[in-house]
Amino acid sequence: MGDAVDQVFVLLKHWLLGFCPGSLQPLASILLSIIPILLTFPLLFAVTTILERKGLGRIQNRYGPNRVGPCGLFQPVADGLKMIIKEDIVPRAADKVVHFLAPLALIGPVFLAFSVLPFGRNMAAIDLDAGLLFFFAVGAGSELAVFMAGWSSRNKYSLLGAMRAIAQMVSYEVPLILSSVTVVMLVGSLSPIKIVEAQSGYIAGLPQWHIFSPWGLAGFILFMIAAAAEANRTPFDIPEGESEIIAGYLVEYSGFKFALFFLGEYLGLFAICGLGITLFLGGWNAPFAFLQWIPSYAWFFAKLLALIFLFIWMRGTLPRLRMDQLMGFAWRFVLPMTLLNIPVAAAWHYSRAWEFPAADACRWAMCLAILAFAYVRLGRGLKQGRKYGKRIYRFAD
Amino acid sequence: METGFLIIAGITAVGAIAAMSLRNLVHCALCLTVAFAGLAALYLRLGAQFVGFAQILVYIGAVAILIVFAILLTRSNETESEAGRGRGKWSSLASVGVAFLVFSVLSISVLSGSMANRTAQDLPDISVKEIGLQLMTGYVLPLEVIALLLTAALIGAVLIAMPEKSAANGDAQTRVAHRSPTEAGEKLNDL
Amino acid sequence: MTTLQGYLIVSALLFAVGLAGALTRRNVILVLVGIELMLNSANLNFIAFWRYGEHPELLTGVMFVIFSISIAAAEAAVGLALIIAVYRHYKTTNLDQMDSLKG
Repeated sequence: MGDAVDQVFVLLKHWLLGFCPGSLQPLASILLSIIPILLTFPLLFAVTTILERKGLGRIQNRYGPNRVGPCGLFQPVADGLKMIIKEDIVPRAADKVVHFLAPLALIGPVFLAFSVLPFGRNMAAIDLDAGLLFFFAVGAGSELAVFMAGWSSRNKYSLLGAMRAIAQMVSYEVPLILSSVTVVMLVGSLSPIKIVEAQSGYIAGLPQWHIFSPWGLAGFILFMIAAAAEANRTPFDIPEGESEIIAGYLVEYSGFKFALFFLGEYLGLFAICGLGITLFLGGWNAPFAFLQWIPSYAWFFAKLLALIFLFIWMRGTLPRLRMDQLMGFAWRFVLPMTLLNIPVAAAWHYSRAWEFPAADACRWAMCLAILAFAYVRLGRGLKQGRKYGKRIYRFAD
Repeated sequence: METGFLIIAGITAVGAIAAMSLRNLVHCALCLTVAFAGLAALYLRLGAQFVGFAQILVYIGAVAILIVFAILLTRSNETESEAGRGRGKWSSLASVGVAFLVFSVLSISVLSGSMANRTAQDLPDISVKEIGLQLMTGYVLPLEVIALLLTAALIGAVLIAMPEKSAANGDAQTRVAHRSPTEAGEKLNDL
Repeated sequence: MTTLQGYLIVSALLFAVGLAGALTRRNVILVLVGIELMLNSANLNFIAFWRYGEHPELLTGVMFVIFSISIAAAEAAVGLALIIAVYRHYKTTNLDQMDSLKG
């Protein structure tokens, strides 16, 4: 019974495939894998916008949207209608073709990225041997879309925003990939499905997720920092900093194209959170053995919502960085930490063979000591000898 | 010849030709990415999955981005200067002729060679793991050399592109006078 | 025409286009783009010959292309850094105007 609920979507797909004539089955199978992705994640996007606005409202001590429908729940519908009805303005000086293609160039790769993520047991659209590489490869496409948007608008703010966005995405892609390398190293596979399988199983009631190891914990934190930068989320939302360059590369977009960009950005966030879940948080595995009766896809989406909540929380809490702080942080702190994390993961792997008593505690202590030492040293390097005194506030009276 | 191959090959060729013949440099760079993507698709058709994805990651994700950055930083994003084009009309024609000659010699030799009866072997099961093992055993020396080369290239690129201190200060004075988006971008790169 | 010949002709075309571009265009960046295209056509040749060769299980072509891609990345990075350095000096990216050895 539990198994049937867990596999309900897989069974449904097979049942639907049974109606297809044999020659059309490969095509139908592809369509049946794609359409759920095309439906689920935009829906999640709608849910996230309302969650984000409500959550930010709560953090800022106000209500957030509460006019449309019960408790403002239909706000996304109203937003969507507004976006579609709005006039689509293209600047006279803009490069019309590139301006038109940019949102499409963003949306396409983002949807492709979902195809390798396992959303549940047996629930990945395609099982690629080099799935992780595929994910990062299509992720690279979005940078170009941002550039196209910024350049084609012929607006200095958009160009500035695009240049910032590309500089940021390129710099943070390196730590993003390097922090995933540790997982690939220890699992020995680039296939997301195999990575999730490697994290199933429980020892003394605790799950075998990668985050429950020193390198995994450090890797996950570094991964999430890089992910926030890749997805242009606060505190790394400099490319579209409203107060400095209005909305960056989005300035000249309106109506449906703007909605597409908005959608693409959130989908990118979901995709990268999904990857983080796959790599470090055990994918669709349940956190405890006795909770395994809850279907696997429910766990995946619960974790996804938790990570989205984390991002909303960060957005409500942290101020935006400056461009030089952002770059310095990427190259002087995050990159060395990810590089160091690789030998730490190797040390963790090879110290498995230790036999003496309290070997596990020793392994933990050793790995954490290396990471903590590097953290302190690099943190000092970031300060560059500047002394920060106590901040003094002067209020107008 | 399958239609899939013809379509991808056509897209690749058109992208490459457009990348080399359009006037606007940014359009050239964007068409170049189309050609790179087409090549990646050709690799995938040939069963080289790893290489296809690496091609997308490196060429579209890095090289194309570098090229558009360079175009914007050198402020050549509008069109090529007219002076350079008009002068070398004959030399351009000669170059195209040379290129055409190369193409015809290559394609004649390809078409008349003994490759006509070559058929594809059964594709062996090449996993990424296999590629990794090969890299770490038989090809470990080239791998190390590449690692050294990439490190040297990284340091070299940073050192070359780093502005000389005095020149940078002088530039900063003139920059304030007429600031354009590209210059702001240049500053951004300096950070 | 077999498929192998198809791939080889596409590769030859890319090489010719890259060559023509590198010879005719006056902008340094486009010359670099042309060189990249020629490199890519060679990569396509390697993959095609690997696939249609006698021993695809040896992965020789794939390995060569992996190394070639990484070298091309390094080459592009250094090349574009050079272009930017030269641009700082001459304030032009036109090859014809960069004609003096003495700065």
